[in-house]
Amino acid sequence: MGLEELFNVVKVRLNGNDEEKTEKDDSAVRVPDNMLFKCPRCLNVIMTEELEKNLRVCPECGYHARLTAPERISLIADKDSFSEFDADMLSANPIDFPDYAEKQQKLRESTGLKDAVITGECTIRGEKCVIGVMDSRYMMASMGSVVGEKITRAFEYATENRLPIILFTASGGARMQEGIVSLMQMAKTSGAAARHSDAGLLYITVMTDPTTGGVTASFASLGDIIIAEPKVLIGFAGRRVIEGTIKQRLPDDFQSAEFMLEHGFADMIVERKSMRRTIAHILKLHKTGGNA
Amino acid sequence: MEKLNKLTPYERLEVVRHKGRPTIRDYIPLIFDEFWEMHGDRLYGDDGAIMGGIASISGIPVTVIAEVKGRNINENKDSNFAMPHPEGYRKALRLAKQAEKFHRPVICFIDTPGAFCGVEAEKRGQGEAIARNLMEFMRLRTPVISVVLGEGGSGGALALGVCDELAVLENSIYSVISPRGFASILWKDAGREKEACSIMKITAEDMLELGVAEKIIEEPFGGAHNDISQTAENIGEFLYKTLHKKMKIDIDVLLNERYTKFRKIGEFIE
Ligand SMILES: [Zn+2]
Repeated sequence: MGLEELFNVVKVRLNGNDEEKTEKDDSAVRVPDNMLFKCPRCLNVIMTEELEKNLRVCPECGYHARLTAPERISLIADKDSFSEFDADMLSANPIDFPDYAEKQQKLRESTGLKDAVITGECTIRGEKCVIGVMDSRYMMASMGSVVGEKITRAFEYATENRLPIILFTASGGARMQEGIVSLMQMAKTSGAAARHSDAGLLYITVMTDPTTGGVTASFASLGDIIIAEPKVLIGFAGRRVIEGTIKQRLPDDFQSAEFMLEHGFADMIVERKSMRRTIAHILKLHKTGGNA
Repeated sequence: MEKLNKLTPYERLEVVRHKGRPTIRDYIPLIFDEFWEMHGDRLYGDDGAIMGGIASISGIPVTVIAEVKGRNINENKDSNFAMPHPEGYRKALRLAKQAEKFHRPVICFIDTPGAFCGVEAEKRGQGEAIARNLMEFMRLRTPVISVVLGEGGSGGALALGVCDELAVLENSIYSVISPRGFASILWKDAGREKEACSIMKITAEDMLELGVAEKIIEEPFGGAHNDISQTAENIGEFLYKTLHKKMKIDIDVLLNERYTKFRKIGEFIE
């Protein structure tokens, strides 16, 4: 399938089946200057229209720019197959952080999201699975109670129903506004991943831009198969923190998908246009295994 | 009965960063009958920021895994100011698996500003190393007890903190990021460290209230440094009691309780 053709399929999906999409204007939240996109990897400036036509992949360097969670689901799941879990879960304010509630209210309005992850069940080329997609528009997809709880429940549902789970990760790390409670979500989600694994079930991680901090240091790194999108940022510590320590600029490919592959922390790098096909094949190959 | 020496969160931060704050090296000879240090992760190297070995407490063999703060500049050079690299966490996991094999309980001592942030740490998979520990400790088929001795900094602390029971020394702190980092990221002003301390909920009492810890271990008036033997005795007593309690529980029941302990943490509305 050619790219243009694929884009049309995506466009049909995006416009066709998404209740999530109806109430918001994506272009308004993505970049203030919505005509142009500056690639964070190669620094070339390209027309947003060009980027959209290319599945939001930089035509100059192949950097896979961020997608919204609804866009991602449309791109991966069979049409009309997705049903969402815990759609109304909202975060509380465990350490009474000032303005936390207000900030979130604004984000809910501008993104149409309730928090930084959407989870649910779907089919991918007919294969049933649990899927979770993080959305960096919402507080840089940091993990607080809601993200931790929804990911944990997604694992538990997959374990109970003997389903594979696919998580598209993106995160700035722990949700600091929730203090120590956010740190504990790392243990909670990793524990749920352990139980799913003990049941002999398949967990695929797809690391997207940016996968960092406490999410890298918990469930994102625990997939049986770890896929990364080309050129995306993946790491544990913040680049600036490290640069501050060593007092020198780090190379451009530091903490990239390619860096992770080279050092043995990702199984494969898969382009967006092949992601759905790749995942469908991997799911099929795991169909007969896994008797607990 | 409210004690008179309750310190503010910021004062506690100062206490745990106090030069004389006892470290694991002070405590080990006071708490354990014997201790045999074991080195290396069998994969890359031996990280001085995490020490581990086999010990005995009142006759019970246990595996001890601890983050090591230095008491002087030379010790800190060796232990990297208690900021572990991936090989430190992997050594911890290796020793924990060894303990599991021989049905020894594991005792972890947490005392770190956080996992080390550097080029080599990234290359060797700092994120993966911590993640792996969280997953494997959650299903480790032997009792795990953790104690925060001073600073419990972020994922670098949690990597030794997935346990059946967590105790926190009275003046210790446990946090998602250092108060300074918190202020600098959320308010773009590292100078507001004190204010960060007061709202972050980092004290031992906060940990009990939030369900993160089960026990506060009392410190002598003014802090652990004022009477190291007394502090060690308090820690030892807690460990001995808790070991007896946890060793009696069927391992599958214990693993369910461990999972549930973390499963419950989180505040949301639905
Ligand atoms: Zn580019």
